[in-house]
Amino acid sequence: MSEDLKILDEVTNSDYKWGFVSNIESDNAPKGLNEDIVRFISLKKSEPEWLLQWRLKAFRHWLTMTEPKWPNVSYPEIDFQDIIYYSAPKKKPTLNSLDELDPEIKATFDKLGISLIEQQRLAGVAVDAVIDSVSVKTTFRETLAELGIIFCSFSEAVHDHPELIKKYLGSVVPYTDNFYAALNSAVFSDGSFCYIPKGVRCPMELSTYFRINSAGTGQFERTLIVAEEGAQVSYLEGCTAPMRDENQLHAAVVEIVSHTDANVKYSTVQNWYPGDKNGKGGIYNFVTKRGICLGDRAKISWTQVETGSAITWKYPSVILKGDYSIGEFYSVAVTNNMQQADTGTKMIHLGKNTRSVIVSKGISCGRSQNSYRGLVKIGKNASYARNFSQCDSLLIGDKCGAHTFPYLEVANKTAKVEHEATTSKVGEDQIFYCNQRGISTEDAVNLIVNGYCKEVFNQLPMEFAVEAQKLLSISLEGSVG
Amino acid sequence: MLSIKNLQAAVEGKQILNGLNFEVKPGEVHAIMGPNGSGKSTLASVLAGREEYEVSGGSVSFLGTDLLEMSPEDRARAGLFLAFQYPVEIPGVSNANFLKTAVNEIRKARGEEILDSKAFLKLMNEKMKLVEMDKAMTQRSVNEGFSGGEKKRNEIFQMAMLEPKLSILDETDSGLDIDALRIVSNGVNALRTPDRSFIVITHYQRLLDYIVPDFVHVLYKGRIVKSGTKDLALELEEKGYDWIKEEIAVGA
Amino acid sequence: MTTITTSAPSPSAFLQEAEMFAELYGKQQPAFLNLRREAIAAFTKLGIPTGKHEEWKYLNLSGITTAGYRTVSPTDTHALTAKEAEQYRLAGKKSVLVVVENGRLNSAASSMNDLPSGIKIGSLSDFLGQDSVQSHLFQHADFVNEALVAMNTMLCYEPVIILVEKNAKIELPVQLSFVAVPGAESLSIPARVLVVMGDQSECTVIESYHTHGDGAPTFTNAVSEIVVGKGARYFGTKVQAEADTSKNISYHKVNMARDSYQHLTTVTLGGLLVRNNLHIRLDDVNINSYLNGLYVLNGDQVVDNHTLVDHAMPNCYSNELYKGIIDGHATGVFNGKIWVRQDAQKTNAYQSNKNLLLSNEASMNTKPQLEIYADDVKCSHGATTGQLDDEALFYLRARGIGEETARALLNHAFAADVIEQVENEELRASLLQLLEKKLK
Repeated sequence: MSEDLKILDEVTNSDYKWGFVSNIESDNAPKGLNEDIVRFISLKKSEPEWLLQWRLKAFRHWLTMTEPKWPNVSYPEIDFQDIIYYSAPKKKPTLNSLDELDPEIKATFDKLGISLIEQQRLAGVAVDAVIDSVSVKTTFRETLAELGIIFCSFSEAVHDHPELIKKYLGSVVPYTDNFYAALNSAVFSDGSFCYIPKGVRCPMELSTYFRINSAGTGQFERTLIVAEEGAQVSYLEGCTAPMRDENQLHAAVVEIVSHTDANVKYSTVQNWYPGDKNGKGGIYNFVTKRGICLGDRAKISWTQVETGSAITWKYPSVILKGDYSIGEFYSVAVTNNMQQADTGTKMIHLGKNTRSVIVSKGISCGRSQNSYRGLVKIGKNASYARNFSQCDSLLIGDKCGAHTFPYLEVANKTAKVEHEATTSKVGEDQIFYCNQRGISTEDAVNLIVNGYCKEVFNQLPMEFAVEAQKLLSISLEGSVG
Repeated sequence: MLSIKNLQAAVEGKQILNGLNFEVKPGEVHAIMGPNGSGKSTLASVLAGREEYEVSGGSVSFLGTDLLEMSPEDRARAGLFLAFQYPVEIPGVSNANFLKTAVNEIRKARGEEILDSKAFLKLMNEKMKLVEMDKAMTQRSVNEGFSGGEKKRNEIFQMAMLEPKLSILDETDSGLDIDALRIVSNGVNALRTPDRSFIVITHYQRLLDYIVPDFVHVLYKGRIVKSGTKDLALELEEKGYDWIKEEIAVGA
Repeated sequence: MTTITTSAPSPSAFLQEAEMFAELYGKQQPAFLNLRREAIAAFTKLGIPTGKHEEWKYLNLSGITTAGYRTVSPTDTHALTAKEAEQYRLAGKKSVLVVVENGRLNSAASSMNDLPSGIKIGSLSDFLGQDSVQSHLFQHADFVNEALVAMNTMLCYEPVIILVEKNAKIELPVQLSFVAVPGAESLSIPARVLVVMGDQSECTVIESYHTHGDGAPTFTNAVSEIVVGKGARYFGTKVQAEADTSKNISYHKVNMARDSYQHLTTVTLGGLLVRNNLHIRLDDVNINSYLNGLYVLNGDQVVDNHTLVDHAMPNCYSNELYKGIIDGHATGVFNGKIWVRQDAQKTNAYQSNKNLLLSNEASMNTKPQLEIYADDVKCSHGATTGQLDDEALFYLRARGIGEETARALLNHAFAADVIEQVENEELRASLLQLLEKKLK
């Protein structure tokens, strides 16, 4: 037996070395990443053995991979041993009502403008709040349960619905998919699980607010949404982080499975801390989001408004496997100051008569770099597949960059793929026209940019659209001299 | 209300206005005519504060303050309105949203209360009738996909909404058929009050049949070379500009 | 710009040949020896790119290292006669025909005795010591980062030089006819061209690639450096008409000075594996650049068009139109980048790529890119891959035209759109003929 194999054997077959036994009550794992940390996380969450093994497989695979270098972004080398991979809020909440929520956490939510009570009252939104990796409160669960809808934290789902998790975990984004997906698979701490049974139309928007709280903690949440035949759901994800000096890594995975005739709409508003004017601090947002239209006529629609993060690297994708299935991607990405974004989508057409639409609006200000990167792939058997892509970039200021990198791969002669892209600046004549009507230059830019993004905002649920517009204004602050 | 003294202005290094003098009192309607390239649109642009136009001399006082020192939005807030010759398109921004922002900015500047959505809608419905505008047009993006006539009507509609003290209509009649011309003119006439003034820049006497001016001026080589009543417009329509050019040549 | 350099180990056979030739160059062209040495070092480092290299992901070059090509040597003799070369003429009887056989000028087969005044054409050996050659040859095409350019630079023996004098307007088109004459063993053919156009000059240069006779497959690796002087006007056409077993990788670097104009059309009909790299550098203000391309493919052809329009300075205009018809098992690739640097304000840059897929075994990979660092610009690109317009087809059939004929007609019209924009009438006619033959 070679030395390597011996080590491997030792590690995989020996009992868990209780190296952390004294720490087991602690709320944070020590810094760094090794198999013991993976075991620690799994143990913390009292996970079944199969899940621990899955995590370990992912971890070992991750060790063989290297960070992707192809995105059009640059940042200092990440020290993966300098990150805390698990942290839980001090008080472990077992709440029966929102009133029992930690007042401090509540205050944070209020600051973010997403008061749970308000949300409940206003829109009937069920919120699964995730603070530093552990789900603290799920609302409306009972109402949903009556319809057979499961909406809970990922950890709970592992215990209460192991058969579903076992069936779907990694079925859309396998742990071998990419560097960050492998990392997430090894160390994911929590996330949301959502299951809509056959023929059920979810009566309310489901929503998760993610937030990175303590310093130096990476957040690795994992979301899984399964819509059975004919089911429908609209899912909202909002992300916010308070100001921090250190760069923080965020590597989430979202998987969506849409069966025959099912319809899943996933909306994101992301405004994590982008760092200061000089590019100090801010979140590294390296996310893998993918859905699969498994059955015929299934539909998955992604809408994202990305205004935050120092670096954004994400490509919400759809695999169009079922015939007549539909994939959509609507995106607004704003970068200001030193922010960098490399974002877009992949539409993989496998089934016949599949259709996809891509609408991407990039806005660059300050000294930021904003790239659209997208793949439209039409497989050999995807007869009569259709894609239309529109990717526009808007530049504000002469120190920023706007880039478009679409890949169109077509291998079926009955397919039709169309891509259009434009790059321009906010027109001086447009600003002057607004000025002449009494509107200041800053407000004019806001107005014009909002108009430019309207096509995407229209896809968002009402409350989200309003928030997105507000965020856009905040992001554009100081972009015009 | 408006007092222009010895105004000189250039664009892209080319001198256009050469010592222009001009006075507008409350309630007056002045028509400015003149051959192509005489400086009519330059005057409108300088008054509205377009940056590409460089003022090299002279002064402009508007309601007692130095207009040239003000930013374009402050001029608008002070009550100066320009109906653009070529209104720009702003995709994705609805007319209603655009106007609500503008109306409230101007109200803020005047120290008036901001209109809520209901009050704004009421005002809009009222003013829309003035220019026989379709409700659907307020929901369309500003000027996007509008016909030439619709754009000009939209300019007058905005004027009605913003209630300016001095309006400059820069060739608002160009490209309008007779029906559109009538609608636009009716809109303007409905806004005429003893304290509101208008400067109507045009090529054609035709417009002045509908919007009857108190004074008609001829602008030539960046200066006002002849002033008169509405009869002067008729004379110009009949005889063209050559006789005025000759008059100046003889005079000089 | 960061590119990933994932490459196979350096193919040592080519390096050995380069070392062998270097000795010869050292004696005959000492002025360029250092550059050749640098190219050898660069190629040693870069190797032949693999599919993991972002810029080469759709093209498999592994055959180039494994096929056992022998690089043509300076001592090989010419076989082609003037009469044989005549069949490759594309721009009329009067045009200047320069025959480059297996990478070297074949004067006997060329018709360049009565050159118009203002233009000089020859091999490097005819121009040794001349300033304009000294300061431009090997200076523009980037051999430090481009493996195939490095390979060409270290292996090419006799670059063809064209010098156009200041203010000279050359009416007659100049055709460089690169004829590969296959032998019993597979040949690697490095071909090199330098065109230096003086200020305010004008000329038309056609670079065409052909295969003469049968034999083992050839691999041509061509590099052209084109220096367009102030206010000069360059009309270029590249025609790929080699045998369907040939591999051909070419790299064109066009360097443009202020107020200059260029119009370059690339027509790819032949070849098994073809890569057309075009790098247009708009190096000063007030430049106009037009890039057009057409590729009509069938069988197992793989054709990759890679263009980079590099706007470095303000107030320039560029326009690019590439069209492809892909049939059989063929694969088309279009990778076009518009790069607008920070100083290049008031740039207007447009790009369009349109493709027709005629067979279910055919595929098309398109990657149009905009990389923009200046804000006061108007740039756009559009790309489509699809089929003929059903409406148009129906219209023709409703007028009594059979479906097959109707399709052929529409395909031809689709492709001819690019050729119609070629300035020279006789060249245009020849290209339309070649197109018709290919579409049959």
